[in-house]
Amino acid sequence: MPHIDLKNDSAVVIIGSGAGGGTLAHELTRRGIKVVLLEAGKRQSLETFSQVPGEAFQQLTWLDPRTQSGSWGVARDFPTLPAWHCKTVGGTTVHWTASTPRLQSWELRPKTTYGSIAGTSLIDWPIPYEELEAYYEIAERRLGVTRRNGVPGLPASNNFKVMYAGAKKLGYQQVHTGHLAINSRAFDGRGYCIQQGFCVQGCKMGAKWSTLYTEIPRAEATGNLDLRIECTATRIEHGADASANAVIYRDSRGQEQRQKARLICVAGNAIETARLLLLSNSSKFPHGLANSSGQVGRNYCHHITGFVWGFFAKPVFSWRGATIAGIVEDEAINRPSRGFVGGYRMELVTLDLPTFPLVGLPYGWGRDFASIIDNYRNMSGMFINGEDLPRADNCITLSATVKDAFGLPVAHVHVDDHANDQAMRKHAQGQMTKMFEAIDARRIVVGPVPPATHNMCTARMSADPRDGVTNARGQTHHIKNLFISDGSALSTPGAANPTLTIVALALRQAEFISQQMKAHNI
Amino acid sequence: MDQTISPSRRDLLKNGTGVLTGLVIAGSPLALIARGSVWAVDLTALTSSEGAALMAMARTICPHDNLDDAAYALVVQAVDRDSSKDPRNHRLIKEGVASLGASFATSSENDRVARLKKVESSEFFQQTRLKTIQVLYASSLAYAYFGYEGEAFSKGGYLLRGFNDLRWLPEVPPEDSGPMPIG
Repeated sequence: MPHIDLKNDSAVVIIGSGAGGGTLAHELTRRGIKVVLLEAGKRQSLETFSQVPGEAFQQLTWLDPRTQSGSWGVARDFPTLPAWHCKTVGGTTVHWTASTPRLQSWELRPKTTYGSIAGTSLIDWPIPYEELEAYYEIAERRLGVTRRNGVPGLPASNNFKVMYAGAKKLGYQQVHTGHLAINSRAFDGRGYCIQQGFCVQGCKMGAKWSTLYTEIPRAEATGNLDLRIECTATRIEHGADASANAVIYRDSRGQEQRQKARLICVAGNAIETARLLLLSNSSKFPHGLANSSGQVGRNYCHHITGFVWGFFAKPVFSWRGATIAGIVEDEAINRPSRGFVGGYRMELVTLDLPTFPLVGLPYGWGRDFASIIDNYRNMSGMFINGEDLPRADNCITLSATVKDAFGLPVAHVHVDDHANDQAMRKHAQGQMTKMFEAIDARRIVVGPVPPATHNMCTARMSADPRDGVTNARGQTHHIKNLFISDGSALSTPGAANPTLTIVALALRQAEFISQQMKAHNI
Repeated sequence: MDQTISPSRRDLLKNGTGVLTGLVIAGSPLALIARGSVWAVDLTALTSSEGAALMAMARTICPHDNLDDAAYALVVQAVDRDSSKDPRNHRLIKEGVASLGASFATSSENDRVARLKKVESSEFFQQTRLKTIQVLYASSLAYAYFGYEGEAFSKGGYLLRGFNDLRWLPEVPPEDSGPMPIG
């Protein structure tokens, strides 16, 4: 691995090694560009992934403190954990369940499609679908997505048989084992899915795509990557000309370091990306870097989510098999007669013990609570993934009270549900309940909204610089050599799990960055 | 079996402040794996009576009648371990247990529920509820009791061990499913 000197100002510095940062690092290094990749977490491997759920959670999760407020259920039910994402090499691609639907064409034009809706800060994307489509195709080939390009789907599990039967009784047509970045057959030097059901703990087969064992080792093999683990970026500095020129970070020993840079890409997951920009305030930029619009941290989206559990007379053994290998896509449409705009997907899910009673059930204790868990073997699960509407006041700010281990204010997350969000969630819970009822569930339990696993839009792309933080390439509107390279840059969330879109945008951004560097525009 | 359960009582009281003991229920999952007919858990911060009250509390929060006491004793052991590490936490638990009133461990379930409802909003209750769920449902005793098979990588996954063995619903047609990856 090359060592790029701290004073070397010719390299690209990428902050975060997940879907966005890890993909970008590979794409730039294979084009001959030197990259310093800062990752706050440790490096695990297929061998070191813990298969004890509680241990795996500790091993992979971003557990630094955060505070939160707002009317959404997470602030009440999970006050210390607004979001569940990773702090490890590979980022959240280590624990993701690998569902990779595309955004649909109309979802990139939500303001045009839905019209103006009071209490939202909706915008259209600055990219037409036709332009994104080409990168979706590359991303799907790269990730080996099932049911695309001739790659077979995963075989139906017990849990999916339940979903399928219920969905068909309701007349749904688009029901299958899903588009997944999980190998249904050996591919790209990685093995096939053996239906462990431990996707969230890190796939010990490597059947699930993760930058940890695909993009990052390939970037390392180019000889152009300097990966620094347990290095937490705390500030981005700029020069007199207002271009970004260095990243301040704490290394694995807690020592402060300053890495000079030609170009900086932030990919720390939407909460930390916004926090880092806000922490990087200066006399020239008193409200934080790239924040002349005041939009950094705003418009935070997290998808409409929630569990519905059905309990049957006979066993399901829902834990046997790939966690999310099943989907109903018929409701991923915009039909305002349902009482809301935007669409949602219904995705197969289950949770291990003890995570099921910790995260999957509404707060409770006593006989009724325990009686649900008594029927764990006979349980089937579904999850909503729907489009939430951006609100200016749903935002990431710096906590006024709580500081991290380095004495810096932690992120404060504020989320109020919009009426549209509530109507969509209610509709989805109703449809899932009907699906379970149609196949004679004995009991149906509607679970809580869990900590957000999809964190998006806090530094969004916008055609008008006043509406967002970056242009259509993820380049910040006012600082030419500062880029956003993760889910923060999504203009809106649509109803698609975000990783495929993040990868597609990173592929597209890498082309742009390398062209701009070659042309000496940056 | 969980390392934390030792059927041997030999060294238990060496450094301990209390001890919880019980009999292994014949025919229970524990009986299959225990080396003897008695289990014991030693306590280093809490007294035996505090331990008994906490065990009754765990059983009231998550009542599964046929689940061995030993599974609930693991919760008490975890609470005791936390107490021995942190004086503030130790005080919280001691005062919390005292707030449950006398003879909590031996009172009826209805009475225990009523007493817990009175303290439900306290930090003591909230913390103990969370600990109970985290520890109780993570134990191999609970896995066996609920039929949860857990980690599967070491056994080759569930691909050939029942991931698709459900027969009480129709099979999914091939176009919406996918082929087995092997022979």
